[in-house]
Amino acid sequence: MEKELIQLIDISKSFDGQMVLDDLNLNIHENEFVTLLGPSGCGKTTTLRILGGFTSPDSGRIIFDGTDITNIPPNRRQLNTVFQKYALFTHMTIAENIAFGLKIKKKSKSYIEDKIRYALKLVNLEDYGNRMPGSLSGGQQQRIAIARAIVNEPKVLLLDEPLGALDLKLRQEMQYELIRMKNELGITFVYVTHDQEEALTMSDTIVVMNQGYIQQIGSPESIYNEPENAFVADFIGDSNIIPATMIEDKLVNILGTRFACVDTGFGRNKPVDVVIRPEDVNLVAPDQGAIQGVVTHLIFKGVHYEMEVMAAGFEWLVHSTTLFPVGKEVGIQVDPFNIQIMNKPESEDEEAVAIDI
Amino acid sequence: MKSTAKNIYTALIFLFLYAPIATLMVLSFNASKTRSKWGGFTFKWYSSLFRNDEILEALGNTLLIAFVSALVATVIGTIACVAMNSMKRRSRTVLMGITNIPMLNAEIVTGISLMLLFISMGLRFGLGTILLSHITFNIPYVILSIMPRMKQLNPSTYEAALDLGASHTTAFFKVVFPDLLPGILSGFLMAFTMSLDDFIITHFTKGAGIDTLSTKIYTEVKKGIKPEMYALSTLIFVTVLILLLLVNMAPAKKFRDVSERRKS
Repeated sequence: MEKELIQLIDISKSFDGQMVLDDLNLNIHENEFVTLLGPSGCGKTTTLRILGGFTSPDSGRIIFDGTDITNIPPNRRQLNTVFQKYALFTHMTIAENIAFGLKIKKKSKSYIEDKIRYALKLVNLEDYGNRMPGSLSGGQQQRIAIARAIVNEPKVLLLDEPLGALDLKLRQEMQYELIRMKNELGITFVYVTHDQEEALTMSDTIVVMNQGYIQQIGSPESIYNEPENAFVADFIGDSNIIPATMIEDKLVNILGTRFACVDTGFGRNKPVDVVIRPEDVNLVAPDQGAIQGVVTHLIFKGVHYEMEVMAAGFEWLVHSTTLFPVGKEVGIQVDPFNIQIMNKPESEDEEAVAIDI
Repeated sequence: MKSTAKNIYTALIFLFLYAPIATLMVLSFNASKTRSKWGGFTFKWYSSLFRNDEILEALGNTLLIAFVSALVATVIGTIACVAMNSMKRRSRTVLMGITNIPMLNAEIVTGISLMLLFISMGLRFGLGTILLSHITFNIPYVILSIMPRMKQLNPSTYEAALDLGASHTTAFFKVVFPDLLPGILSGFLMAFTMSLDDFIITHFTKGAGIDTLSTKIYTEVKKGIKPEMYALSTLIFVTVLILLLLVNMAPAKKFRDVSERRKS
């Protein structure tokens, strides 16, 4: 892992008596793509604004590259922000927008021109220097906002839901663009989004947040495959979250049936939650499955079929490329390494929040 | 058929609205001194108007008061808008309501109350009191014309400027001010127009020895109407008309910008 660049230490913030961040601690490394992921109101944007200097924390410290920047105003921080609604200066041309920060820093004319050319090339909008922001599409405006930020050579680029206003196709394109730009620039990206797919695609590290607390920090793989609690499991992708009892190490009782699993250290006869991803539920012939059930719903999703199977009093969500028609009796079988065991939530803050997508 | 009827109806409305002013304009070019007879076309009332020192002095006063009061009101109004914009919604709504009241208030009430205030403050009536009262009644018009622009502003642009290294002052003047400029200009023109054609409030706050065009015309008319007054009134009407056109063209341009953006 590269060296630590930013440390957020014990950051708390409340607005009008409402706690938004509670004792948040987070380390961000050099050249890392960190995504703050969570539902609206989870404190992710506030965290970003505290990093950018637009909001000051009630308590706690921000260490940037070894110095305390908690009380440094935004115009003297070595980070730049790409705002949600682009925030381009509409009365200036694209080139003037990009030159804004450099002119304030009193850079020479030729330096500024070089930088503008470089930035426009980086975002693939080479001939747009003399256009006005209003004549550009949303995706193009967002690229300009990125160009305007990166010409100042920040060590960290903060991005506040930059793709939120774009349509699906453009959003996917821009995800790849962002990864490319980050690799080319070799700087740290701190990215805020509520879109779990965006987070999984682009990040080195995902910070899942809810109600002012960090729920889990990890690589996209570990967040997806080994969610630490029901909130994370539910927020990242679809999942079956089933109350169960850990009988002993590597053996769990799910809905009255014993399943082999790979987790240890939960104790004996301990109530837990298990997470099983829909694509990890294997539908087989009734006599081959551990639990028997009936298909109740069927939807074609393109890549796969989405089915709901009523079995042992629980509605299982199943993704499969093989079709089982509604009313068909099936058996359910799950491989041991696909059963993820989680402790029951200890506080309300960790409680799963129903997400309607 | 239907559209013909519609056109006739519209024409009638305009006839009723503008017939008096048209009469005035025509009479201002009438060489005969009596109103009942057309004595041929002439510019002589206009030229005698511009040889009348009293009227020229009143014109000078009017323009000076209109310009200075509009300028001061625009500065105060702009600052007020910036401040109100960063308030919480509820206090902003309350404050907007309070600033709107003077516009709806009967002018004679505003005039008398300003006069009483100035008397109780022991001010000497003259140019100063007229200016003060004009600035006062102009501020709401300025706020009314800037506030919509202010609400359209993307609050992030100011932060973006700070983020790119600008100080608060630079960020305001380079980023927020240019976006507000159309509103500020139309606010200024509106205030200028309001001041230009005010009679009642000026009448109560001017004191003796100073006149604006409107109060001058009022005194002249009491002595008997002279054709110079037709010429003067025509000039005032045309000036106000031009100013109003300018005020209305600023927002029209703004909407065109927006619709062009929508198209692209």
